[in-house]
Amino acid sequence: MQIPSSLITLLAGMVLVLVGLWVGNNVQLLPVEASSNAPIYDDLFKVLFVISTILFLGIVGLLVFSLIRFRRRPGQHGDGLAIEGNLPLEILWTAVPAIVVLFVGIYSYDIYERMGGMVPLNDHSAHLAAAHEGGGMGSMAGAMGSMGEGSVIPVSLESSSGAKSSAGKGPRVWGGIGPTGAATEALNVDLTAMQFAFIFHYPDGDITTGELHVPVDRPVELRMKANDVIHAFWVPQFRLKQDVIPGQPTVLTFTATRPGSYPIVCAELCGPYHGGMRSTVVVHETDGFDAWLLKNRPATVASAADASPTG
Amino acid sequence: MTLASASDFEPQPEGLQPQGWLRYFSFSLDHKVIGLQYLVTGFLFYFIGGALAGVIRTELASPISDFVSRETYNQVLTLHGTVMIFLWIVPVVNGAFGNYLVPFYVGARDMAFPRLNAVAFWLIPPAGILLIGSYFITGAAQSGWTAYPPLSLTTPAAGQIVWILSVLLLGGSSIFGGINFIATILKLRRPGLKMMMLPMYCWAMLGTSILVVLSTPVLAGTLILLSFDIIAHTGFFNPSLGGNVVVYQHLFWFYSHPAVYIMVLPAFGLVSEILPVHARKPLFGYQTMVYSILAIVVLGLIVWAHHMFTSGTPPWMRLFFTIATSFIAVPTGIKFFNWLATLWGGRIALNSAMLFSCGFIFNFVFGGITGVALAQVPFDIHVHDTYFVVGHFHYIVYGGTVFVIFSAIYHWYPKFTGRLLNEDLGRLHFLLTFLGFNLCFAPQHWLGLNGMPRRVAEYDPSFTTLNQVSSVGALLMGISTLPFLINVVVSAWRGQVAGDNPWNALTPEWLTSSPPPVENWHGEAPLVHEPYGYGVAPGTLPLADATGEEIWSSGGR
Repeated sequence: MQIPSSLITLLAGMVLVLVGLWVGNNVQLLPVEASSNAPIYDDLFKVLFVISTILFLGIVGLLVFSLIRFRRRPGQHGDGLAIEGNLPLEILWTAVPAIVVLFVGIYSYDIYERMGGMVPLNDHSAHLAAAHEGGGMGSMAGAMGSMGEGSVIPVSLESSSGAKSSAGKGPRVWGGIGPTGAATEALNVDLTAMQFAFIFHYPDGDITTGELHVPVDRPVELRMKANDVIHAFWVPQFRLKQDVIPGQPTVLTFTATRPGSYPIVCAELCGPYHGGMRSTVVVHETDGFDAWLLKNRPATVASAADASPTG
Repeated sequence: MTLASASDFEPQPEGLQPQGWLRYFSFSLDHKVIGLQYLVTGFLFYFIGGALAGVIRTELASPISDFVSRETYNQVLTLHGTVMIFLWIVPVVNGAFGNYLVPFYVGARDMAFPRLNAVAFWLIPPAGILLIGSYFITGAAQSGWTAYPPLSLTTPAAGQIVWILSVLLLGGSSIFGGINFIATILKLRRPGLKMMMLPMYCWAMLGTSILVVLSTPVLAGTLILLSFDIIAHTGFFNPSLGGNVVVYQHLFWFYSHPAVYIMVLPAFGLVSEILPVHARKPLFGYQTMVYSILAIVVLGLIVWAHHMFTSGTPPWMRLFFTIATSFIAVPTGIKFFNWLATLWGGRIALNSAMLFSCGFIFNFVFGGITGVALAQVPFDIHVHDTYFVVGHFHYIVYGGTVFVIFSAIYHWYPKFTGRLLNEDLGRLHFLLTFLGFNLCFAPQHWLGLNGMPRRVAEYDPSFTTLNQVSSVGALLMGISTLPFLINVVVSAWRGQVAGDNPWNALTPEWLTSSPPPVENWHGEAPLVHEPYGYGVAPGTLPLADATGEEIWSSGGR
């Protein structure tokens, strides 16, 4: 008595899904989560990883099974089954991937919105600014101006970037990505990328340093510009990356959630020392950060090198 | 199906065209000669590109920059990318197999424009020599194969200009080839041969050539503007003169994303030819395969900005390109399911051609899945410009296309030379390539996720072990070409004589002698209604080596 093949297929499918779920939930491929972005990102990663594992194992399983089961044995000279197609089957494997892909697309859109990346679309000031600037690529002016409702930061931001762009004279500000949501005021930091270093400047206290120091659980607004070529600001533990493009000032907002030191990496080929263009972001406890600020406040621009190792 | 007998084999006088081996070094108009010229030239550049990859992997075996100088390293990675794309994969998968096979498949004696065809090939060696030579004379370009300004404007100008010139020549060659393929497939078909009777590779080449003709001129224009910026100090892409660097990225990727399909669609076509022959089954779902090629062509033109998710592009653009890119997975998926269905229930010969094709399916599914993940903006923002992307695209272009090129060589070598390749060496070649490839590129995904950016000569010491694993994989890939080389050279003289049709295939290139005569068939070109009619009509079955009982049991189960 043979087990019906439909039953075996069903069982194989269930095992496959279980394996996919297990792998997606238990195989850790990502570095530690250190910003409010990271857990959201990791949710998306987990979903993608589960779907990918099921698909990959399923297809490779079918392939290997076919190669073994249907291999040509010695003495066989005939042809295989003369099946030229199967329309319902074709419709099935067009529809299923289409639905999966649509689901993944909508889900990642949702993730992106939670990260703050889509906000300028619905942003009143961005539309206003765009109208002032005549649209085009400039419709992003005012960019990160106000993201996340109910937070204090938008107000302060709107007054800066919004005012600039509605005046039509100030530099355009291009949006990066970054959530807000904490009800504390954002820390402003200016980032200048050049061959081959990141220079951070704290307008509040006039501190210039080669190392980024930020407090935990407080939004940081990085205003980025590049002096020479394109660089990219990347903190793997924050799951954040933004190109720093000459002629295109960009704002990137993030909230660190885990004290510690994490690498800042330049991710865009910027010349011979591109690989050496690295720095560190130090995430302090709140009072630790205040202490760092206080300690470095007297330090002048000229002694930036002395300022960096502290903290 | 009539086969001309090989009785009238006297060589006919061919005017001034050289005969014998010399014709492979001549301005030959024969599409078969040109195809092999493309193939061998491409292989020479493959070894150069591979040596450059060896330099990169040697440098990355240690976390500090200690093997070559940093400037040299950037030249090497620029040359590696440019050589592999423009001098190896695109010419071989389009030019070599396209020129050799398409006239056969449409039942023609040659391509539509034989002279243009020869010109297209002969643009390649000077362009390649120019590119490689620039390293020794002026120093090669240092800005990567993407040549993003302002970096490409500030690195030494001479190397960058030579790079632009070389890519323009290669782009021109590619456009000439594309026009030729479109004309041949649409206009040179034998009377009675309908479009829906064409072997799948013709459809793939038609789609590819449409992409080539639509997008390559954009690259050419962009590079000309870039050269103006360098030579004449114009400000198209120079932000200090009011230019916009992101515009360059849009224009560049408008070509360079379709370029991925230019490299991969012909490979899809070749696999569609190889699998049915060795699985002894019709190609599953011919019509959906055709439509999915066309869908990939259309979608492939509207996904370019997914390379620019971190470049400060507007949110609506990110959303649009995420969805468009994800949807390419649907027609691509259709093709893979159809190939699996082609294998299902077949009589699969586990020879080198089949193994390389199945290796392609394995690798490409992996690369395709990471590709769908990369299409998602939030995912991409973390891994963009990291080794994750390096791993992903090598799974597509090496694990995908290069595996198919090897598969196609094992499949068509008997047609090129009249002799079979050695199967044991072929399987060894597959095993080494497959292991080496996966060892080299699989760890790179983890490296990218955890913080290693691409195009670096030095990296965080915590990544050392996996980089060394990757370098060992690269070494294995280098070694794997040895059995292949020995096989190809020795088999040309000592290989088992193949006969005209060693695989009992039905497509028209097998319905002539091996190697074929100059006019492809003595007498009339065969009209093949069903290029994949395996196991169906008894008349097309290889009755010679199958008993009636076998046909009955395999066909009627």
